[in-house]
Amino acid sequence: MEQTETYDAIIIGAGMSGFGAGIRLAMYDKKVCILEQHSVWGGLNSFYRQEGRQFDVGLHAMTNFAARGHKRGPLPTILRQLRLKWEDFDLHEQMQSKITFPDKQLRFTNDIEFLTNSVRDQFPDQIDAFIALCEMVRVHDDGQLPSDFVSAKDKVKSIVKSDLLVDMIFCPLMFYGSSTEHDMDWNQFVIMFKSIYFEGFSRPHAGVRKILSLLRHTFVNRGGELKMKSSVQSIVPLPGGGLKVLLESGEELLAKKVLSSAGLPETQKLLGLEVAPSDVGAMSFVETIFCLNKMPRDLDINSSIQFFSHNEKFHYQRSQDLVDYSSGILCCPNNFQDPEALNEGMIRLTHIANPQLWKNLRSKDLGLYNDAKSAMVEKEIAGLKSIVPDFSQNIEYVDTFTPATIERFTRRIDGAVYGSPRKIGDGSTGVKDVYLCGTDQGYLGIVGSLLSGILMANRHALI
Amino acid sequence: MNQDQIREEVKDIISTIAPDEDLSVMTNSGIIREEVDLDSMDFLDIIMELRKRHKIEVPETDYKFFATLDGCAEYLEPKMTQIKA
Repeated sequence: MEQTETYDAIIIGAGMSGFGAGIRLAMYDKKVCILEQHSVWGGLNSFYRQEGRQFDVGLHAMTNFAARGHKRGPLPTILRQLRLKWEDFDLHEQMQSKITFPDKQLRFTNDIEFLTNSVRDQFPDQIDAFIALCEMVRVHDDGQLPSDFVSAKDKVKSIVKSDLLVDMIFCPLMFYGSSTEHDMDWNQFVIMFKSIYFEGFSRPHAGVRKILSLLRHTFVNRGGELKMKSSVQSIVPLPGGGLKVLLESGEELLAKKVLSSAGLPETQKLLGLEVAPSDVGAMSFVETIFCLNKMPRDLDINSSIQFFSHNEKFHYQRSQDLVDYSSGILCCPNNFQDPEALNEGMIRLTHIANPQLWKNLRSKDLGLYNDAKSAMVEKEIAGLKSIVPDFSQNIEYVDTFTPATIERFTRRIDGAVYGSPRKIGDGSTGVKDVYLCGTDQGYLGIVGSLLSGILMANRHALI
Repeated sequence: MNQDQIREEVKDIISTIAPDEDLSVMTNSGIIREEVDLDSMDFLDIIMELRKRHKIEVPETDYKFFATLDGCAEYLEPKMTQIKA
C-alpha cells in the first residue's frame, strides 16, 4: 500500500504560474508537488509536435520585455525571484508590430516613442490626448488589484476623442489578455498597456519550449516533484486542517496548502462548490498555423505581430458563429531580431471563436468538425487579402486548433484562455488554505503568470 | 559568527538574490535598500535565506532591524553565536 505523505504545498497545473510558485517553494525546501493532468507541461502556453514540426500554443510572444541589466518591472522581478539569468531566456525583441484598421494603421516597437510618432502621424489632432493617456498609465499603481470594475473604455474616452483611435489602442490589449467582453477593467488595461506598449514583445529562439524547459529543470533541480498525467478529481478540506487531494487515478495526497492554477470556476468545481455561469470566461480563439516554403519577409510580410480589424468598430466579444473573421491577430515568429533564422517560415493566425459551437460540432461528428476546420482555413486566407500579401501559394503545412482543442488539453471550461471575467487579486477561494494562482489571480501572459505564481507562493505558502 | 562574519554572510546572501548588483558600494551603516537596488520581494528573500542556511526564524515585526548591515549584525549575533563561519 502506498504511503500517504503530507506535502507543504500541492500545486495544480504545470504551467507558467505553477512552475513560478513551485520553484519559489522548492527553493526554500518546502515539500512541493506539481500535479499536471496532461502528458506535456505548459498549460495554456504549451507546445506540441506534429509530423516532425514543432509548434507552440498560447501567447505568440512574450510581453513585458526588459533589456539586459534593467532592474525594474515584471521580467527583472521574476528573474531575481527565481534566481535565473536574463540570458537564460534567450530573448529576441520584436522588429515592428502593426494595428491595421480599414483606413488607418498604427505601428509600434518596444520603444513607446515609435508608437507616439505613429499616432502623431495618423491622428495629429489626438496626439496630446495620447501622450496624456500614456502619462496616466505611467503613474497608475497597478500593484494592487481593486475589487470593483472600473471601465477602461470610459476612462480612455474621457481623454481620447477619436473612437477609432480608442478602438485601435484597445485592440492588441484586449486580444492579448482581456477576459471581459467589450471593455476592460482599468487596472487590467494599465497592466496590459505597460506590458505591450511600454515594455513590448520578444521571443526566445526556441519559443515557449525554451522557457518551459528552463522552468521545469529549475523546479526539479531545486527538489520539487512533478507528477504528469495526474488529474485532480477533488480537493477536500480535512476537519483537523490541511487538505486531501484526490486524483482521478484513485490516489490520495495530503497537503497543508493547495495552489491551483486550474482557474476560478475549475477550482470551485474541484472543491465541490457551485459555479456561477457568469464566472466562466466568454473569450476563446481559433488558431491556424501556416508553415511556409519561404520566409515571411521574402513575401513582404514584415511585421512581428499584426492586429487587425476589418471594421472601423472593433468588436471584442464571443463570436456568434464558429469564427469571427472581422478581426484577428497575425504573428510571424520569424520576424524577431533573432540572429539565427528559424527552420521555416511560419504564420500564426488567430480569430475570436465560439466555444460552444466548436464543442458541439466535435462531439456530434468528428468528420464535420474537421470539415469546418478546413473551411475555416479557406475563409481565413481570403480574409487576409487586405491585410498582408497573398501567401496561399507558399503553404507547406497547416494545423489548426479550436476552443474544443484548448478545453481538451488544458481543462479550461470553454477553452477560455484568459480565464474568468472575475479576477481574485489575493488568490483566495473562500476555502481555507486553497488559493488561486495564474490567470484568474489577475496577471496574464507568460511573465504575468510567472509573477502570479511567485506572488501567491510568497504570500500564502512560503512563510 | 561574530558581527563582521554576519555582515559578510548577509552580503553573500544579497549576492545570490541580486547577482547583478555591485555590493562593493555597501557600507555597514548605510540603508541597504538605498545602497543596493532591492525591492520588498528581494528583502523577504534575505529572511528566507537565513532560515534556509541557518534555521533562523525572524518574525515579521523584526524585519525593521534589517535596514542596515550593522542592524543585521546586532540583531543576528545572539542567534548566530553557535554558528561557525
